[in-house]
Amino acid sequence: MAVLLFLAQTLRIAIPYLFAAAGGVVSERAGLIGLTLEGYMLGGAFAAALGSYYGHSAWFGVLAGVLGGALLAVVYGVSAIRFRADQVVVGIAINLLAIGVTRFFLRLAFGSSSNSPRVTGFGGEQSGNGFTALVANPMIWLGLIVIPLVAWMLYRTPFGLRVRAVGEHPAAATSVGVPVTRVRYTAVILSGVLAGLGGVYLVLDQHQFTDQMTAGRGFIALAATIFGRWDPSRVGVACLLFAAAETLQIQLQGAQLVPSQFVEMIPYLLTIIALAGVVGRAVPPAALGRAPE
Amino acid sequence: MMPHASTSAIRLTDIHKSFGAVLANRGASLEVARGEIHALVGENGAGKSTLMRVLSGMYAPDSGRMEVADAGGVLRDVTGWSTAAAIESGVGMVHQHFMLVPTLTVAENLMLGAELTSEGPLRVLDRARAAEQVEALSTRTGLRVNPARRVAELSVGEAQRVEILKALYRGARTLILDEPTAVLSPPEVDELWEVLRQMRSRGETIVLITHKLDEVMSISDTVTVMRHGRTISRLRTGETTPQQIAREMVGRDVQLASEMRRDAVLAEEAWVAAPASDAPAAAGSLGSTTFPLPALEIKGLVVASAGRSDAVRDVSFSISPGEILGIAGVEGNGQTELVEAIAGLRRVRSGSILLDHLDITGASVRARGDAGLSHIPEDRHSRGLVLDYSIADNLILGQQHHFARGGFVNTLDIDRIASNARRQIAAFDIRPPNATVPARSLSGGNQQKIVIAREMGRDFRVLLAAQPTRGVDVGAIEFIHGQLRAARASGKAILLVSADLSEVLALSDRIAVMYGGRFVVVLPRAGAGEEVLGPYMTGAEHAA
Amino acid sequence: MTMASPEISPAAGGAPPSGGTSRIAARARLEEALLPSLVALLVAAIVGDALIVSFGQAPAAVFRLLLDGTWGNSYGFGQVLYKATTLTFTGLAIAFALRAGLFNIGAESQLAAGGFTAAVVGLSLPPGLPWIVMLPVYVAAAALGGGIVGGVAGELKSRFGAHEVITTIMLNFIVLALLSYLTSTYLKVPETLHTTEIRSGAVPRLADFFEPFHGSAANLVIVVAALSCATAWWYLFRTRRGFELRAVGLQPEAAEYAGVRPGAVWTRAMAISGAIAGVGGLNFVLGYKHYYEEGFAGGAGFLGIAVALVGGTHPLGVALAALLFATISQGGLAVNALVPKQFVEVLQAVVIIAVAVSVPEVRRLLRARRRNA
Repeated sequence: MAVLLFLAQTLRIAIPYLFAAAGGVVSERAGLIGLTLEGYMLGGAFAAALGSYYGHSAWFGVLAGVLGGALLAVVYGVSAIRFRADQVVVGIAINLLAIGVTRFFLRLAFGSSSNSPRVTGFGGEQSGNGFTALVANPMIWLGLIVIPLVAWMLYRTPFGLRVRAVGEHPAAATSVGVPVTRVRYTAVILSGVLAGLGGVYLVLDQHQFTDQMTAGRGFIALAATIFGRWDPSRVGVACLLFAAAETLQIQLQGAQLVPSQFVEMIPYLLTIIALAGVVGRAVPPAALGRAPE
Repeated sequence: MMPHASTSAIRLTDIHKSFGAVLANRGASLEVARGEIHALVGENGAGKSTLMRVLSGMYAPDSGRMEVADAGGVLRDVTGWSTAAAIESGVGMVHQHFMLVPTLTVAENLMLGAELTSEGPLRVLDRARAAEQVEALSTRTGLRVNPARRVAELSVGEAQRVEILKALYRGARTLILDEPTAVLSPPEVDELWEVLRQMRSRGETIVLITHKLDEVMSISDTVTVMRHGRTISRLRTGETTPQQIAREMVGRDVQLASEMRRDAVLAEEAWVAAPASDAPAAAGSLGSTTFPLPALEIKGLVVASAGRSDAVRDVSFSISPGEILGIAGVEGNGQTELVEAIAGLRRVRSGSILLDHLDITGASVRARGDAGLSHIPEDRHSRGLVLDYSIADNLILGQQHHFARGGFVNTLDIDRIASNARRQIAAFDIRPPNATVPARSLSGGNQQKIVIAREMGRDFRVLLAAQPTRGVDVGAIEFIHGQLRAARASGKAILLVSADLSEVLALSDRIAVMYGGRFVVVLPRAGAGEEVLGPYMTGAEHAA
Repeated sequence: MTMASPEISPAAGGAPPSGGTSRIAARARLEEALLPSLVALLVAAIVGDALIVSFGQAPAAVFRLLLDGTWGNSYGFGQVLYKATTLTFTGLAIAFALRAGLFNIGAESQLAAGGFTAAVVGLSLPPGLPWIVMLPVYVAAAALGGGIVGGVAGELKSRFGAHEVITTIMLNFIVLALLSYLTSTYLKVPETLHTTEIRSGAVPRLADFFEPFHGSAANLVIVVAALSCATAWWYLFRTRRGFELRAVGLQPEAAEYAGVRPGAVWTRAMAISGAIAGVGGLNFVLGYKHYYEEGFAGGAGFLGIAVALVGGTHPLGVALAALLFATISQGGLAVNALVPKQFVEVLQAVVIIAVAVSVPEVRRLLRARRRNA
């Protein structure tokens, strides 16, 4: 039972990571740095709260959340692709923008500076650790298949082939007639949609939006993207690993074995170790962060 | 009027193409018959690659007419078409720098942009069918590759096979190859020739860009020679000799070289220096003191390159004070790596470098400079100058530690930097004579004068001069040549590397030809003419 | 330029008069430096108007209130100065690293680390030592704390090639978690997020010298900020190390040619950058609250990116940009009655995006126009 409880909680924590990291893989494989995942998640979360609240349906929440993530991704894409702005600067700014915009409209729409009213989620009223609630939540199922879907898209479809080429050697892609700009736009918007779904999950699971509720999850997803070396299946494993460590920390909180702060560090430390190449170097897509000529 | 089938596969007429101030093609023409192997030859910078990129749709010509035969053999006007249109019409190009995505497999690279998908709503990549097609194409052409391997794992020879297959996979009936053998080993070259001959026997057309005369003689049917952006002649391979082609490539009228540069420079917006009068004498006495011992001595130098083989292979030489050793050769034969290794910018695998009998093989760049080594780098835009620094700051680049007050904090001595700039700007006639202007805004010639002033306007023993007059105007060339002669007269030892053979001939006391990372021959100036050096430079001849 | 030597003959078709070229070059540089910031502010003003209107208010009234609440009264102005002090440090830190071609996204945790080490030093001192004596000790402690965090990122880049953007982001989380652990385990006052009070060397408030600032947190650390800008300018533009650092940032290959090892410069630049951000921690710890508190950085490390960019990565520009962003930030509080203060957060983000977009775009347009002229 303890094992099942552990797995269930790991899964709940992992789902938003899986969504956002899937977006991270798509964006970075196409050559756009995934610093914006946190912002997409937050934007998606807030939009989901709006949709679900006013639409009285969780599915409206999903739809709105997808649009929210995509909208921020369009801002990022236009800045970085059309105007060739520095991806790091714009990426950081997108996150600040998401915080500001959600706070502003939280006041405007719900008249609160901390949280939205209760919104409709999936699975009725019970949202504890129970399995029934897990099974009844379509977002869980979607979260479980999102990494396989991205893997399939990347390795089995013409679009995925083009994404991989564009992020690695845009000149070669251009020389064989691949529309590099269009592929990049599509990929960046898709990453906004995916990461936005991560935010949607949070809102529908907690039945409300709270200020800055993503709390750095987008950066954990970015860490998973890098630690998983931009390969969907490894990235998925990284997400589960990070979530399991968190679950362990929560469940052992009473025991005081390891301070929670050290568990928090794990994803980030592993990412630095991976980048430093202590155990096999993580090599990013060659054209990551660069605007093609 | 009904168009008639033509025997020509390609006809380019009077193509002009310029990049900013550089006139790459200025009236180039090319006519290639169907089913032949046509060699396009010329020195570096003759405009061969540009012309072929125009043909393959990468660049649009400024003017001129392009015609390519359609499937029925009728010449159609295709002036200024796109890459996609060229591929569509069966014209494919294999670039010198491969256009392959290293992280993708061979099959994926072949498919990219022309993906094979399965039937049905999902349109998934059809790897099985792609692999089949690659196998079939491999078998038909003799270009054997494993479609499942990642390109990053392939040897250069294999990668090139993939490039050729990529063009053929897209239905190329005319194949353009840009210096295909530059990266191949001799057995791989033989294999390539076999493939090209097979293609010819199937009636396909091949244009081969090269500067190696042995290749021209052994594989081609027809030769077009280009020089300075123009087409010089069109010859039947069977009716000519390597000597004749070499003469056409190099050109007897050397004045042409400076003519081209003058044209290029006139188009530049910046301050064009009028031809300078007499070169001022360099620092130091003009009375040449002859030292019996070499100032620079290189022993068995081996320098690694990014690729598989060494860039410099066992090179030894020495230069005496008051001597200029010129290195001639086609670029990319190890000259860059040799100079950078001596300058301390590239690690040496084995061998030693002695400056005035002091072993500097492992010394830092700064220590070498302080020991009396000056270096005019071949690329002033990336190495020789910090383009956004002022003239004054660029005049101390690499010498900054001599312009700092001592002590922990190392404050720059602004007054000395300014007086140094005034002195150098005057002595080397740098225009505009304003030390605060960023180097970026100067003409090529004046930028190079900054480098020359910095490296030659101080006390030095040995000078490495790599492409010292590249891209500068005529006046600056004369000035720089004057400086080099004056330095020689004052007892400096100079290693001169230049792609411009006439420059090497005009300045050097001895001339070495570098080919494939080695010195293939070293001759005294008296025994070295263009006709003598040409075959060595193109690899057609080797010293015994 | 006035020293044209007699050897130079005024060649026909030669150089235009030197004074003219100097003016043209200076004007071009000024245009490229200033225009993007102006464009960005214009865009921000338009977006701000839209947000204000969306909340049913009149933009003119809101902006007037914003100015009144910041530069219009001495308390508000004192708060602007206080906020500008921290932003000057983080902006300067990021600008300094940018001069070496590095993006320091870690100013947030470097700021916190500097504040933390300073607090640790302060808590271990006997009470009652004069601030003027202790200030250098605190500056050194804060610089050390931030410098180590920055230096680690620099070393990771020069030794392993790990990209500094990712490592500094990851270090933000690691360092903040570590500081949280250390504070909560060893130093915390129960039921709070902060340490006990430092009783030695607290820096005087500006209000101690100038009564109208009363109540504002502005303190003498602002002098340290001004001195840091001056020192950074002098280091970057007047020392050999600065000459080499900027060369690495502009053209690493040319720097190598000039005998500079880029790796060594990267480590040094990141360490100094971290140290500058770290000293910024004194503004809160020593000048305001007299204790270390978790989360006191409050995003100043990220806003520093905007400050560095709008300030054109020049120390003087950074100081001015810090004042601008502090004004916007404080102004949000002033207008809260009319519009949610969060609208200034949107404005700040819009300014950053607009600057990032307009820097390359404006340069392209200006250069194209000059070519055609």
